[in-house]
Amino acid sequence: MSDHTTHPPTTMTKDDKAYWSANVRIITICLVIWATVSFGFGIILRPLISWIGVGGTDLGFWFAQQGSILVFLALIFFYAWRMNRLDRQYGVEEE
Amino acid sequence: MDQFTLNLIFVGASFALYIGIAIWARAGSTSEFYAAGRGVHPVTNGMATAADWMSAASFISMAGLIAFTGYDNSTYLMGWTGGYVLLALLLAPYLRKFGKFTVPEFIGDRFYSPTARLVAVISLLVASLTYVIGQMTGVGVAFGRFLEVDNTTGLLIGAVVVFAYAVFGGMKGVTYTQVAQYCVLIAAYTIPAVFISLQLTGNPIPALGLFADTGSGEPLLQTLDQIVTDLGFKAYTEHHGDTFNMLLFTLSLMIGTAGLPHVIMRFFTVPKVSDARWSAGWTLVFIALLYLTAPAVGAMARLNITQQFWPQGTNAEAVSVETIESDPAYDWMATWQQTGLLGWEDKNGDGRIQYYNDAAPEMQERAAAAGWQGNELVNFNNDILVLANPEIANLPGWVIGLVAAGGLAAALSTAAGLLLAISSAVSHDLVKGRIAPNISEKGELLSARIAMAAAIAVATYLGINPPGFAAQTVALAFGLAAASIFPALMMGIFSKRVNNTGAVAGMLVGLGVTVVYIFLHKGWFFVPGTNSFDDADPLLFTVKSTSFGAVGALLNFATAIMVSRATQEPPQEIQDLVESVRIPRGAGAATAGH
Repeated sequence: MSDHTTHPPTTMTKDDKAYWSANVRIITICLVIWATVSFGFGIILRPLISWIGVGGTDLGFWFAQQGSILVFLALIFFYAWRMNRLDRQYGVEEE
Repeated sequence: MDQFTLNLIFVGASFALYIGIAIWARAGSTSEFYAAGRGVHPVTNGMATAADWMSAASFISMAGLIAFTGYDNSTYLMGWTGGYVLLALLLAPYLRKFGKFTVPEFIGDRFYSPTARLVAVISLLVASLTYVIGQMTGVGVAFGRFLEVDNTTGLLIGAVVVFAYAVFGGMKGVTYTQVAQYCVLIAAYTIPAVFISLQLTGNPIPALGLFADTGSGEPLLQTLDQIVTDLGFKAYTEHHGDTFNMLLFTLSLMIGTAGLPHVIMRFFTVPKVSDARWSAGWTLVFIALLYLTAPAVGAMARLNITQQFWPQGTNAEAVSVETIESDPAYDWMATWQQTGLLGWEDKNGDGRIQYYNDAAPEMQERAAAAGWQGNELVNFNNDILVLANPEIANLPGWVIGLVAAGGLAAALSTAAGLLLAISSAVSHDLVKGRIAPNISEKGELLSARIAMAAAIAVATYLGINPPGFAAQTVALAFGLAAASIFPALMMGIFSKRVNNTGAVAGMLVGLGVTVVYIFLHKGWFFVPGTNSFDDADPLLFTVKSTSFGAVGALLNFATAIMVSRATQEPPQEIQDLVESVRIPRGAGAATAGH
């Protein structure tokens, strides 16, 4: 087991900065979707999409009780997959 | 074989399994106690985290809260799952890269301040202890029912069991035990739901059954809306409460989920940074299995219960006392009455039990005409719904035994995880990190176990008079974690400018204001009767004490940023630390101490 408590003083290279801003961009997009399905479709925008019926009620109810959870799952797996690709692209993945 | 024996067999067998695993995987070293070495696969870790996370609140309490409120309590569903997105995107991979064991360690190092670490320990203890109170409430309900004793006795017995079992092992014992607990609890939650969904809609998947048609060809939710509004209750699928509070509450639960130390600790134990990302996803998969089923359980139980009280329809006569006493389909009412959590009373002496909303004006008219003198189902504690559900639906005895075992698994696994977080905060961060840095490994383990015992004693005492239903108490704990820990962690990673003074000020303001707001509404130290406000008419606008965590978090962010701007920027080595945390390259194993 190697000890990495002391972090080597790495100055961030140009590539590392680009990696980080790419990461922040992906996070931002994911969080916009996260908020839209839950706070949006599930609560505030529910009246706007209420014309779409789902089994005895409307789409907003489905988003609040099930839809948002399914989207959350998709977001996390998408992020993990996308970031692992980004790690390799910038050569910052773990050995 | 009678139901009591069946319950005992199921609960006893599941306990023997957990304790067996805990003994087999006993923690030897401190490293094993906290983080189970490193050999935990993301899927295994996900399953254990799911069991750790889904507590009495999710298993026992949540569907009941949804059942009796309907759409407005979807907040629990979105809030408790949405937090995983924040956790996976904003915290887990970076904390894994940082490579320490505990949340206060990260905060102490990142903000180069023992004071910051101490404030983080205090925040963690306050949030975790509140959380354990909620668990003990659920443990009391479950033990009370299956041992057929009153709620308080059930709680005391439960406390002894939780303690005996949590001191056995640390994370290693707990991880493998929690995998077993997940299997028990998910089976116990889904199997009765499948039966009930088949009975009502013919669809074997409860999550789909919720939106399917009942035997009469009408959608289930439409039937439910009709039947509850007939009795003067609010329509199940409609929005009635305050939208602003609903948004804040959901946000509090989400931020709180991402700030809960016992969940975050889990992501220190995976081998790699990329595994931390996958782990969060797997955890949510296992959680979603229960959370997609929960709204179906709630709606179907509400329908079944209402129809039991109005067997001939809501416009005909209500169920008679004689039927309740003699018909085996109503046996659940007698068994639950023993726990003191269910009560009915034939107020007008007509030999029937009328269950309706006696506060609704149109029902008061009907009641006056029919000679009713108020709602006669005088007490129905929301927390009993999930456990009573299979009995209400007349499912076979083994299903009821399984549900009892599942409810206890949920409460126990979370209580154990929380006690572990509490004990590591005290022994590792407080005793070793501050009071006695030269303490031996043995001494550290001993102080961990003493902390566990103290925590459970306090939680049991407060669990006898809980500040709310299990899920509501747990929601308060989330608010506290949201207001104190999450902002500090997030700023520690995403800002290089936030410094020691800023972080300490932010955490103190966030935690302090939130604690005061909660105590003003729920009583000081949760002692009943010492509150100055009520959640029905809160101090600030429509913000209930359970929703205040989001406000506290906002105050934390704002204070930390403003104070940091006014003071010196962090030293170069801290800025380098932040940069290294952001890049996965070079992540080693998690290490203890300094």
